[in-house]
Amino acid sequence: MSFNFDLVIQSFPLLLLGAGITIKITALSVGLGMIIGMFVGIARISHVAPLRMLAAVYIDFLRGTPLLVQIFLIYFALPIMLDQRVDPFVAAITACGINSGAYVAEIFRAGIQAIDDGQMEAGRSLGMTWVQTMRYIIVPQAFKNIIPPLGNEFIALLKDSSLVSVIGFEELTRRGQLIIARTYGSLEIWLSVAVIYLAMTLAISRLVAYMEKRLKTS
Amino acid sequence: MIDIKDLRKSFEDHEVLKGINLHINPKEVVVIIGPSGSGKSTLLRCMNMLEVPTSGKVVVDGIELNGEANINKAREEIGMVFQRFNLFPHMTVLENITLAPMKVRKISKEEAEKTAMELLNQVGLADKAEAYPPQLSGGQQQRVAIARALAMKPKVMLFDEPTSALDPEMVKEVLDVMKSLANKGMTMAIVTHEMGFAREVGDRLLFVDEGQIIEQGPPKDVFDNPKEERTKLFFSKIL
Repeated sequence: MSFNFDLVIQSFPLLLLGAGITIKITALSVGLGMIIGMFVGIARISHVAPLRMLAAVYIDFLRGTPLLVQIFLIYFALPIMLDQRVDPFVAAITACGINSGAYVAEIFRAGIQAIDDGQMEAGRSLGMTWVQTMRYIIVPQAFKNIIPPLGNEFIALLKDSSLVSVIGFEELTRRGQLIIARTYGSLEIWLSVAVIYLAMTLAISRLVAYMEKRLKTS
Repeated sequence: MIDIKDLRKSFEDHEVLKGINLHINPKEVVVIIGPSGSGKSTLLRCMNMLEVPTSGKVVVDGIELNGEANINKAREEIGMVFQRFNLFPHMTVLENITLAPMKVRKISKEEAEKTAMELLNQVGLADKAEAYPPQLSGGQQQRVAIARALAMKPKVMLFDEPTSALDPEMVKEVLDVMKSLANKGMTMAIVTHEMGFAREVGDRLLFVDEGQIIEQGPPKDVFDNPKEERTKLFFSKIL
């Protein structure tokens, strides 16, 4: 076995560029997923039955089908329906964002249901509407509780974003593939890719642990 | 002020309230007592629709409690104090008190804070304005909860066993606040086990058992000369 260190050093800047794009996709998808997840999670427990059902269908569909298939649906199937090409970047973020939204919704639902019923009763008894009580009282408290599972979800999303390489989007995994196609350095490149992913996920878990600690003391 | 007609409430097939009729006058202090499971807390919680009755009518301050809009409007006039305080733990004491007046009554932050500080003074906790609820004792938390309810300038105050979750040495500080509120002419409905307080502060005592008002009258009369067997039995167990 020979290990070509020079190849690692040469490829690293290119891979880091890819990692930058991975971070960008993940960050934007997380943002989209959080917004979707918050509304779907709240809809999931609202007293409006159609909203509740819609949210349940959304969650079931996105958790019950593979992300890879969802990416194909958005990148290949949707353009046929719309009769218009979908930009790979938009497709990547949309697929990852709405997929993550389903998981975040379940995290939100659990976080909200963990808040004592007395909080909602206190808010309502003061004349606040359900929406106001959710917004000012329940959701801010739920946020604190759900930081650890949200952190796990972000880490999962960062790793799953490697799937968008299949639509030719040049994030970290795709960059690795392209370099290997040129250099045949499978060992060196895949190891480098793995190390970069590991560095990113470790950084997120540290950050989440830090935020959790800070919020606990406040 | 509060008018209740043939109020019934069932949980699945268990009927907790079996046709309650009750009229509470302005400035009246009504104390509701009874064994646990008698339906007294459910009755109180029907007065602001935290518990939705199976049938019957509840009118508070001229507003019939049906439909979301009416209920929200009526709740602005009905303050509620809970057994477990239910303060908002992520907000300071001051924020707890100013939130609803600002969001519901739409008054300015300055004005809400001014009122809040006056109320905190009344309940003897002006120095705790910037504290968070978990930093306070049970008695202090309950006094903040009373101030929070009063900040909406309600016309009626409901108390659901306000001292039952307190350590014994903190009961008096809360009862004192309630007493001064009664003296100022607040209309109050109080579910409690504090018989001494009921006798001293109540204008009317209601004995509730098995979902019905068994006996009512001036506290002194009911305590000293209970007419119903069930009332006598209850007193024989607790006094």
